[in-house]
Amino acid sequence: MHEKKKTWLTFLFEVIVLAVLFTIVQYAITVGLINQSYHINITSMCINIILAVSLNLINGFTGQLSLGHAGFMAVGAYASVIMTNNLGMPFIVGILAGCLAAGIAGFLIGVPTLRLKGDYLAIATLGFGEIIRVVLQNIDYVGGPAGMVGITRLTSWPWLYASTIVTILVIVNLINSSYGRAIISVREDEIASELMGINTTSYKVLAFVVGAMFAGLAGVLYAHFFYIIKPETFGFLKSFDIVVMVVLGGLGSTTGAVIAAIFITFLTFALQKYAAVRMIIYSLILIIVMIYRPQGVMGSKELTRKTFARIWGGKK
Amino acid sequence: MIEFIQQLVNGLSLGAIYALIALGYTMVYGIIKLINFAHGDVMMVGAYVGFFSITLFGTNILAAMLLAMLFCAIFGVIIEKVAYRPLRNSTRIAALITAIGVSLFLEYITIFILGPAQKVFPSSAFPITEYHIAGISILNKNIFVFISAVVLMLILQYIIKWTKTGKAMRAVSLDMEAAVLMGISVDKTISITFAIGSALAAAAGVMVGVYYNTINPLMGIIPGLKAFVAAVLGGIGIIPGAMVGGFVMGLLETMVSGYGNSLYRDAVAFGVLILILLIKPTGLFGKNTGEKV
Amino acid sequence: MKGKGNKFFVILVALLLMISLVAGCGGGTSEENPATDAEKIAVGINVELSGGVASYGSNARDGAVLAIEEINAAGGVLGMQLEPIVRDCKSTADEAMSVSAALAGENIVAQIGPLTSGDVQGSTPVMMENKIPLIAPAATAANVTVDDKTGETKAYIFRVCFIDPFQGTLMAQYAADELGAQNAAIYADTSSDYAKGLAEYFKKTFVEKGGTIIAEEGFVKDDRDFNATLTKIRSKNPDFIYVPGYYQEVAPLIKQARELGITAPIGGGDGWDSPDMVSVAGGDALNNAFFTNHYSSQDTDPKIVAFVEAFKAKYDKEPDAFAALGYDSVQLLVQGIKDANAADSVKIAEALAKITDFEGITGKMSIDEQHNPVKAGVIIEFKDGEQVVRTRIQP
Repeated sequence: MHEKKKTWLTFLFEVIVLAVLFTIVQYAITVGLINQSYHINITSMCINIILAVSLNLINGFTGQLSLGHAGFMAVGAYASVIMTNNLGMPFIVGILAGCLAAGIAGFLIGVPTLRLKGDYLAIATLGFGEIIRVVLQNIDYVGGPAGMVGITRLTSWPWLYASTIVTILVIVNLINSSYGRAIISVREDEIASELMGINTTSYKVLAFVVGAMFAGLAGVLYAHFFYIIKPETFGFLKSFDIVVMVVLGGLGSTTGAVIAAIFITFLTFALQKYAAVRMIIYSLILIIVMIYRPQGVMGSKELTRKTFARIWGGKK
Repeated sequence: MIEFIQQLVNGLSLGAIYALIALGYTMVYGIIKLINFAHGDVMMVGAYVGFFSITLFGTNILAAMLLAMLFCAIFGVIIEKVAYRPLRNSTRIAALITAIGVSLFLEYITIFILGPAQKVFPSSAFPITEYHIAGISILNKNIFVFISAVVLMLILQYIIKWTKTGKAMRAVSLDMEAAVLMGISVDKTISITFAIGSALAAAAGVMVGVYYNTINPLMGIIPGLKAFVAAVLGGIGIIPGAMVGGFVMGLLETMVSGYGNSLYRDAVAFGVLILILLIKPTGLFGKNTGEKV
Repeated sequence: MKGKGNKFFVILVALLLMISLVAGCGGGTSEENPATDAEKIAVGINVELSGGVASYGSNARDGAVLAIEEINAAGGVLGMQLEPIVRDCKSTADEAMSVSAALAGENIVAQIGPLTSGDVQGSTPVMMENKIPLIAPAATAANVTVDDKTGETKAYIFRVCFIDPFQGTLMAQYAADELGAQNAAIYADTSSDYAKGLAEYFKKTFVEKGGTIIAEEGFVKDDRDFNATLTKIRSKNPDFIYVPGYYQEVAPLIKQARELGITAPIGGGDGWDSPDMVSVAGGDALNNAFFTNHYSSQDTDPKIVAFVEAFKAKYDKEPDAFAALGYDSVQLLVQGIKDANAADSVKIAEALAKITDFEGITGKMSIDEQHNPVKAGVIIEFKDGEQVVRTRIQP
């Protein structure tokens, strides 16, 4: 009884913390405490968090190296913009359409390719990512190489915040469910888990589809914040960027993915002033972090309630 | 028919270039299972060394190529020592990220020093002769690239199959720990692998310079990617596989542009690639060993 | 286990320190050189210095910085020195927007760049919101300066380059009327909206003139091997081949076309303008090749000669079209500041919209209602590696 109450209190506390964080930022934006530049970076940060956390489900927890995440982002972005901009639907329809389209793309790509292993899977996903880009480049309805411009800005802070929290919650809960344990077992030992009666392929596809859906969500938010989408934005270099975040944070750590996404966004921003050397510094940081912390910032650890409880207790 | 033969010539020349780059890729992969994304950029460095050797020191093309190969061999060994060796016992994906880091570093340090604009490879370095046979035009550079690719592949195959170093390489590739126990210096073997792989990339770089006349700091990205695809296609880690993969890739792209729709060239090329992988998941030459429990 | 945890926290702290250090340094520099300094006019240069089109962006930057230095050496504008703030937009629209927002925070009066239409579109909303004029050196898509939906001109967006319809139409007329082409093949850079736009208008005009398009093919940026498609085009034997795109791809393309024995005339747009055309393709291959441009860098006009000389002296390379357009963007801005008689971004934008007969090195231009420059075009033919002006067309 006591335990239950405590859990409930913790939950309430967390909700309050999240709500306060939301309100502070919302207030700061409304009052103008956060200038445009920071506003843009907070948006990029949230989008990167969604991308990194969702790819982490595929690359980190399921252990399937995917190099085509930007492709799903593109599918989501384009599908939603067709809904909102071309067909005049409300934003929520755009979001759902984007997620759905990306999820379907994930399913169609996942079912055949997830039979492949390791680098062969990597190259197949990379290939699909590129195919999506080339196809978009050649469809005139969506603007060809010029992409779609003049998209209405609908990605507001509430949408952004809610999407980020939902992404993290869904993926964390998925991992902690029985599905999640099956997914992790696939990573740890595919043959053993198959022998235990786990249908490895379907769990891999499940993780892949969920990851793709959230990548699509990120694409939707991106499109409706930056006014323009073009196929080039979603090339393989973008996919690499996301992989970098996941690995930097720690494969199989959602906390790590979040931290790395924040870190990379701010690094990019902070280096803006050093136009000539920014990419050199960026690449050096990448190499150095990997050499000294090859398992990523968090390894496979998570910051959980327990961690906080320990820190809290430690201080006492 | 003439057109078809011409397309064949086109495809084989393009394929030879992919094959050249893929050889180094596949070799490094075969030994340490690292997708060395920086391979294309080492090729770029090689092209620049060749370029400066011709323009600054006035060497001929062969000397330029040897110089580039030598420089990149040393350079490759340094990259391996500094960036990849500390990660040898970590996950492969960590090494992959480092490779991406090295790739970005090479690209942007070159841009920083030399600027992003392309440099024109002096055409005097390799005078072009055209042969027109029954409506088919073949250039001496096509033949040159083709023969180089085949010869280098044969040399590589010889090294790996018949020399002591090659045996050491295969041993390291098969089982690193057992190789150590057999008295093989793993560090040395991997260094040699990187030296050879990078030298091959440099040779390819100079050839790309000769072939297309221009070089730029980002020239390694696309050919690097396609060569990687070619290597996977042939069965990554297998030398003749890389060669065949390169030619398949070149022919595929050429035929799509020539008889299909050039707008969808890359999409179709990747699509066929994925199909091949689905039918034969370990590549054309890969042996499906099955997993041990 | 415990040791591992400690190590992790040490690294986390190190990372945080690194961020704050970088951010701190960043803050420091901007405080040392406050852009709000009364004696200085800050000009943002937001161009592609990394990523796909880094070479375009850096050439435009070189041109722009050269112009600013020349102006400062001549005493500046309104007695004040111009201060360039150069930033890299990584060839992406989102980064272009982020950089623009940061530049707006540094009180720039105007922004030069980015180069591609897409990146300008990314930057546009921020410039509009902050009421700061943006001068695009090379963004050719029609909807860069005009809103697609409302048809209204974007008040703070300007450009100094041609828009797509002009060049495509010009070359189609020339091919049909002067070269007597009955049929043509189009081989365009399909990864660039610029080249696609040119191709579209070429096709439209050429068909209107009674010609037929017998092949439409595409290549993408960074392609170096064009033999397959050229062989296909060769088999169709067109009278004229239209190759809109940038010189990095077009030069090897023409070379390969001639090596395959294609002798038909080849045409293109201002993206061809670079000394590299001749050095890559060679004078022989370029014979019977034509392109539309604003000006000829081999022109004997003293202004152009002076620019080319100064550029070569400073950067030890020849200017290309991007450099010239970057240079003109700054010169146009300076004209705007002078006309406005104030370093105030809103007034500058108003003045820019009224500029007429501005003498740039890429031609004499007037800004029209849609903020496009109205300027003369020339058709240039290559003759043994030299540029020969065939016709001048006044708009």
